[in-house]
Amino acid sequence: MHRRVVVTGLGVCSPNGIGLQDFAQAMTAGKSGIRFLSQLEELQFGCQIAGEPLITDTILNRYFTPLQRRGLNATGIIYGVIAGTDAWADAGLALAPKEHPDWDSGILFGTGTLGVAKFREAIYQVDDKNVRRLGSTTVIQTMASGISAYLGGILGCGNQVTTNSSACTTGTEGVLMGFERIASGRAERMLVGSCSDSGPYVWAGFDAMRVLPRTYNDAPEKASRPMSASAAGFVPGSGAGALVLESLESAQKRKAKIYAEVLGGAVNSGGQRGDGSMTAPNSEAVQRCIVKAVEHSGIQKSDIDTINGHLTATTKDALEIENWSKALGRQGDDFPHINSFKGLFGHCLSASGSIECVGTLLQFEQQKLFGNVNCEDIHPEIENTIGSNKIPHKTMDYRPKIIAKASFGFGDVNACVIFKRFNDET
Amino acid sequence: MAQEERYAKLKEIIKIYLPEDVSVNDITMESHFINALNINSANLVDIILDVEDEFDIMLENEDMEKMQTVKDALIIIDAKLSEK
Repeated sequence: MHRRVVVTGLGVCSPNGIGLQDFAQAMTAGKSGIRFLSQLEELQFGCQIAGEPLITDTILNRYFTPLQRRGLNATGIIYGVIAGTDAWADAGLALAPKEHPDWDSGILFGTGTLGVAKFREAIYQVDDKNVRRLGSTTVIQTMASGISAYLGGILGCGNQVTTNSSACTTGTEGVLMGFERIASGRAERMLVGSCSDSGPYVWAGFDAMRVLPRTYNDAPEKASRPMSASAAGFVPGSGAGALVLESLESAQKRKAKIYAEVLGGAVNSGGQRGDGSMTAPNSEAVQRCIVKAVEHSGIQKSDIDTINGHLTATTKDALEIENWSKALGRQGDDFPHINSFKGLFGHCLSASGSIECVGTLLQFEQQKLFGNVNCEDIHPEIENTIGSNKIPHKTMDYRPKIIAKASFGFGDVNACVIFKRFNDET
Repeated sequence: MAQEERYAKLKEIIKIYLPEDVSVNDITMESHFINALNINSANLVDIILDVEDEFDIMLENEDMEKMQTVKDALIIIDAKLSEK
């Protein structure tokens, strides 16, 4: 029997809200964070809309010292530091004293690629034979582990401090990696999360693959349409989400607020075999991941009352629903409630899993299911599989007991985590 | 440019790199950047870039190695300015 692990802190920097309060309000009200970006128009992108957190100078000054701000050109680090330090404070945890780190606290903060704009600056300098003018921050802003390194120094964590990367699965995978470290007794607290840079250099490759919507540049809020018959591709996003995971003993000793328990989960890969490829999921692997997550969590398939899907607003959404339905052996009105938050802030890539986990967990606290936007016209294949009443269009009052959250990523990789409303007695 | 003015400009450059517990008033001519002012050694290269920008000069590798204290820096700046 492993140690029980609970969530005691949340932080978020999302295109539709920075900080828990703004984010919760936006999710409840269905406020979109997707906007037209003139820079993408100037660069002649097909898709000229995106989800990008609105960072002001006031916000930057709250989280960064004047020295840290000098030459700071890595949006992923900005978003990750905001979400990570907020989650730490939300958990009621203090920064480690100046002399010694907190040996029992670690960080696992993932990213896809970091400091892309900073790297671009450096490339120009290097090609200009001006290496000596790079300064000292090029390395720390462009190394993948830059985000865990920044947070590690701010918080003073002395346990494992590292970065994972598994494309759009990154954030959800990170929850399970942190969970395992605490469950096995190697840490008391793990700050887990992920971030993704903003900007044309991150999003261009997806535009080139023609997987982004091109016909909604004048209607950004309508563009991201998970589960809709008129879904036209995913809207690129960015930001960060963070969770403080903690052993139940440590949380109870501190009398910390508990959002939910992490019961367990599973990660796997389809090996790019069968119908899986670099960019398409192997359905057998997806179903297997969900089944293994249920088994590992010690629950029955019928116990799940809510799902937060990956559901990016591509033609693959119907396949994802079919995979959930087959994996859980549930269909029609027997299927759990399901939502996708990407309708409101797009697909935040390596940050998507953690921002969506934060939203998922807020549903326990707020006793609500956040509504799905832009799917008035539910895809017919989805309607054939599950009851359309299982897809709330507006935020509704509800007390979820067990929520399954999954993310899938390029490379044919999958992660599914099971959260449970916290109950002291079980 | 008077020596006083150069010193003031240099102090202004150094200020942002000081750790929280070191004040700009602690800077003296004799201050060692790393040992006395506790400046992170990685930031020394940034101070050198700031000096180059502020005084419109270019420092060589050997200048950088010699630049251990505030006084060293001022001597190098003076020498570079007089070469101009």
